[in-house]
This record gives sequence, structure tokens and C-alpha cells, in this order.
Amino acid sequence: MAEETKSPVLRKLVETFGDAVVSTHSRFGDDTALVRRERIVEILAFLRDDPDCLFDFAMDLTGVDYLGEEPRFEVVYHLYSLEKKHRVRIKARLHEDDPVIDSAVSVWPGINWYEREACDMYGIVFRGHPNLKRILMYEGFVGHPLRKDYPKAKRQPTVGPEE
Amino acid sequence: MAELVGDRKTGGKLDMQAEPVILNIGPSHPATHATLRFVAELDGETILSLVPEFGYLHRGFEKESEAHTWTQVVPYTDRLNYVSPLMNNVGYAMAVEKLCGIEVPERCQYIRVLICELSRIIDHMVCIGTNMVDLGALTNFWYFWKPREEVYMHLIEPLTGTRLTTGYTRIGGMQWDLPEGWVEKCRAICRNVFRPAIADVNALLTKNRIFIDRTMGAGPITAKDAIALGFTGPCLRAAGVPLDLRKDQPYLVYDRFDFDVPVGEEGDTCDRYMVRMEEMRQSVRIIEQALDQLPGGPVNVDDTRYVLPDKQQVYTNIESLMQHFKNIFEGIQVPAGEVYSATEAANGELGFYIVSKGGGGPYKIKVRPPCFNMFQGMPRLCEGQMIADLIAVLGSVNIIAGELDR
Repeated sequence: MAEETKSPVLRKLVETFGDAVVSTHSRFGDDTALVRRERIVEILAFLRDDPDCLFDFAMDLTGVDYLGEEPRFEVVYHLYSLEKKHRVRIKARLHEDDPVIDSAVSVWPGINWYEREACDMYGIVFRGHPNLKRILMYEGFVGHPLRKDYPKAKRQPTVGPEE
Repeated sequence: MAELVGDRKTGGKLDMQAEPVILNIGPSHPATHATLRFVAELDGETILSLVPEFGYLHRGFEKESEAHTWTQVVPYTDRLNYVSPLMNNVGYAMAVEKLCGIEVPERCQYIRVLICELSRIIDHMVCIGTNMVDLGALTNFWYFWKPREEVYMHLIEPLTGTRLTTGYTRIGGMQWDLPEGWVEKCRAICRNVFRPAIADVNALLTKNRIFIDRTMGAGPITAKDAIALGFTGPCLRAAGVPLDLRKDQPYLVYDRFDFDVPVGEEGDTCDRYMVRMEEMRQSVRIIEQALDQLPGGPVNVDDTRYVLPDKQQVYTNIESLMQHFKNIFEGIQVPAGEVYSATEAANGELGFYIVSKGGGGPYKIKVRPPCFNMFQGMPRLCEGQMIADLIAVLGSVNIIAGELDR
């Protein structure tokens, strides 16, 4: 996508973080930036505090499993600004053998459970998360159900309360 | 903003040298309304800490949808917020249409506004009604249950054929147009059912000393904390933040209506009740304006790539028959890409993040359920408060396990 068609938020992000922003696009009207995972917390905190961005709501976080691609996993953040009334989507790619990314709980406390859910469903590890336990599945569950290589019809024994 | 700044951060302290009592509430408990669980640590009746747990109603909506065609996912969305299923239908259809680049006809947009606002009203009625049952005020429940029943009997059942499993939207339109006489019935219900019912409950509760004493100060939250925790919908507006996507990022035809966004001050149970009551009045206003403006014309886009061809055509020419067959068996063909589409549901922002790799079905669907953040914020609302207030607060934030657990 040509440089001049970028939205102000994406332009500012590229100006500030340079190489840490891998690519950007605004397809379907959604501003999107793919960033390097090493600087994710720094980028998110910038987006929250910068006077032109002011993304005070972390609306959603999820993982996506692109099985067969490398890197395999993607973490997707959806942010919203109350004052500016704009949205942005931030994504970071993670390798299968090292699906680790820094936790953004320090930036928005409300993202806590979303990270737990992404960990539960995809096995993505959020480093520095205060309580990274399973959230929808039970503690004894084996595997991560939303991964593409987890069979849809697979059954596991339900477990009772611990003795 | 990262730190929670309210003045009740530390919760309570044990008065005497004693062990705190651990109380387990749920998952099957009449006051949780759904299968939710809390583990509360108590000092006497004061909540020291609260740990919410859920997942008992998890049925793999997101996994399941990856193996279905785009249209087959519509019925699954009914089961998200089962108190206002039509809103989920609309939210999902709008997300896929954004991906396809479809603009639905004006009449369809008005019908969607109508069913969304009807759903918002009955959702708020259920929320307030059941909340009052928990607080021992059964009368109000019946004052709201009857109008809700009227909506189901006279509007939603004739429209969709069912009560809960509506599945009324399609990609590119609706299942069918409004039935004959529906507009008049809707107008009559606004005038003869909604307005009197809201006035009745208002008279019973809003200036009721017992109600005010019971709910004022129960589970308050500051605007800053509510934003940091990602609250949306009535719970956020009760804390004084006027975020309403119908105003802030207007979708469908919401920019053509005159309505107000009520806000509270303290963010407590009483404010949440007040905000919901006012929102119902505003929704009635929107419905009446939408009925006045309702245009004629088709409800579906004129494009058989997305909408099934006319039945008469299917029976009489081969191209339409093939298109019909392909739309059903292969699913409609949606371009590759990713979108996030948000609508203002009864509880707050209902978001759909959809990834498509092209072809007949979604690669991934993620739902942002509105009550997820509110349930996460329950410890924030309740720690340091009385255990009996937990029930009042839980009812007022309106946790729907169907969308929470997916």
C-alpha cells in the first residue's frame, strides 16, 4: 500500500518505531499494523498515551493459528479510542517453537482475561502475566482446542473435583 | 491509567485474629442465573477477595464455526446472548457484509434497527426484572415479563417463527420481509405496552426508599477504572462515560434518529438501573422514528452470489438452480481478508473479528462478548462490599453465560 494513503495513526506508528513495524494496511477500512513481538508492550503503551492516538480501550485480543505458515501464530489486538473515536488493529507473529509474547496487563488491566483465553485456546504464553491459568477449559484439559491441528470431534474425559 | 485508582483497592481487613471464611457460590445457584462460579473470601459478611470462574457453558462456538459455511454460522450466533438473539444475528451479518463489501438495502437497515432496539428493550427488561427478583421485589419482574411476552408473541414469533433460535439475518439481507400488519402491531406495542410498563416500574422503583437504600453504593466503579477494565455498554455509561457506538461510530441508519445517551455518576447498581430504564425509553423513541421513516423496497441485495435466487427462478432456469445449489452446498464465496466489526449490543460492544481465506466458510471467528469485561471486573466492583451486595451487583451487570463462554 502506498505511503501517502496511510492513516495518521499508522503513519505515526511507522515514524516512531521504524523497523519494529513490519507492515501496515487499511483493507476493508480497518487500520492494521503488523509489529515485531519484542517491542509489543512499548508500542501498545505508546498507542495508549500518545495525544494523537489515545487508545484507552483494549477491546479485544485473540490468537490466530495459520497452520502451515511460518511464523505460525498471530496475536491480534483491537484498540479503540474514546476521545478520537478511531480503531486500530495491532498484530504480532509468533513462531511455533517459541510462542511467547510480553503481557500487556500493565498497559490495560482489562486485557488480563483475553490473554488467559488466548493462552488456553492457542497455547500462546504471555510473559509477565500475573495469573496465566486456563480460563474456558478445565485444568486437566490436554492441548489447545482452537489450534488448527486439534481435531474438532476429539473428546477428552471430563474430570471431577480434585480429591 | 494502568493502575486501578478507586478508593476500595485494598478490600476489607479481618477485625479479629481469625481465618477468613471461604464461600463457594455457584456454579449452579439461583442468583447467578447462569452457570457461573465465585469463590469469595469473607470476613464476616465483608468480601475480602473474589475470584470469578466460568466456562461451564463453553460449547466451542468458535471452533465449530470454522467447519461451517458463512450462512450456517448464523444460527450459532443466536446462542451467544440468548436474551437478545436478534442483535447477535445482526452483528454477525454486518461483519461478513463488511468483508464482502455489501451495502444492504435501506429497508433492511431499518428492519435491523427495529429488531435491535426491540431486543435491547427486552434485554434490559430481563436484566432489571431478574435483578429485582434477587433483591426480593418479585412484582417488578412480572411488570416487565408481560411486555416481554407480548413482544415475543406479537412481534418476534410472527417475524422469525421462533422465540429464541431466531436466525433471522442472512448475509446480504434478511430471511424474509416483515409480515403483514407487523408495523401497526409494533406501533401499538410501543404505545400500549412499553411506555406503560416502563412508567409502572419507574413508579414502583425509582423513588422507592427501600430500593434506593439497597442499591445506591452497591458495586460502584470510577470512570477511569471502568475504561481501564474495558467496560462497555450500560455499565460504562453508568460510570459517566458516554460511549455508545450508535452515536460515536454510527452504523446502519442510527445517524438518522434523534435519541439521547443517558449516563450515570457513581457507576453503582442504582445508576446501572437508571441508565437501563432511560435507554429503554430512548429505544422506544428510536423504534417509533424508524417506523415512521420505514421505506419500501426489497430487503435483500440484488446479487445471487450472496442471497439465494428467487424460488420461481430456481424451478424454471438452470443458472438459478445451480447458483442455489452452490450457495447452499459450497457456501457463499467471501473474499480473503480480516475485519473487525462492532455493534452496540444491549450489554455493550459486541465485536466480531473474522478471518477469511476465501471460500465458503470462515477461517476464524472471534467474538468479543460484552459481558466478558464486566465479569472480569466483578472483584473490582465487589471487594470490600457486603456479600449480599454481590447478588445485587451480579444481577445489575447482566452476565449472560451464553456469550461469556461461547
